[in-house]
Amino acid sequence: MTPALPLYLAVSGILFAIGLAGVLLRRSPLTILLSLEIMLNSVNLTLVAFSRQVGGSDGQVFALVVIGIAAAEVVIGLGLVIAMTRRQMVLDTDELRTLSG
Amino acid sequence: MELVVFFVAAGAAIATAVAVVAQKNPFVSALALLGNLASLAALMLLLQAQFLAAAQIIVYAGAIMVMFLFVIAYVGPRSEIGPGTRKPWQVVLAIIAAALIAIEIVVVVFSANFGEPASIDGSTFGGPAEIGQALMTNYLLAFEIVSVILFMAAVAGVVFGAGGRPLRLSTEEVLVKEGESAEARRRQASRAALDAARDAQPGEGAQ
Repeated sequence: MTPALPLYLAVSGILFAIGLAGVLLRRSPLTILLSLEIMLNSVNLTLVAFSRQVGGSDGQVFALVVIGIAAAEVVIGLGLVIAMTRRQMVLDTDELRTLSG
Repeated sequence: MELVVFFVAAGAAIATAVAVVAQKNPFVSALALLGNLASLAALMLLLQAQFLAAAQIIVYAGAIMVMFLFVIAYVGPRSEIGPGTRKPWQVVLAIIAAALIAIEIVVVVFSANFGEPASIDGSTFGGPAEIGQALMTNYLLAFEIVSVILFMAAVAGVVFGAGGRPLRLSTEEVLVKEGESAEARRRQASRAALDAARDAQPGEGAQ
């Protein structure tokens, strides 16, 4: 017996919420980026699950695009972390509030 | 059988996700995310998305996570931060918000009626041939846009990483920082001697 679609969607929803909690709770930009990866991957799982349900490969192409965008986002994020480290800034998102008005 | 694999993979995915969020050490968090990606790849295999599962392992586990581990190693102990100024009610509120979203999604998903999954004839579904064909025909524009975005991100990463402050301190800055180094003392001595000579010379010329 194969697991039904709602099971996959529930797993993906729980993963999304865990990633969201990580983004909200953690203060290290590195851990926030890791939590963002969890959120993106949970959405990928949803796309793949619906792609299987519908029987077309469109959702999988979409998930592939999401993987590419996630790679770009990680490059930018890690570049910012490296720039912050080189400027001897504290790696704490609560301390980095120069732009928060 | 598939149900057993599903529950093992799903449990592993959720457990490793919690570990990513809960771990203090970012190195352990990154390794837990590696486990999370592997279990998600197993779930994708269960959904007949063979190519995507392979791409997930190669791109995420192979490339992105290695980059993450490199940066965490580069940042080193600076990534561990002390107690912040967050108030307890903010933390509680964040947890409640995340839990509400999880409950909402689960309730909606189980109460919706999705009908039977489409029957998949043949073995091409989710294979590299079908995905590649879709990418090169219907989704060519998206494919090209992603490639441009990736190129821009690569350039931006280099600018962020190497631009701005020079990679090494200039010799002058190093001398100022070290202060007591032999080079600084030698330069100071030679400058003092030069100044002394300049001070002495006009006097001699006058006499």
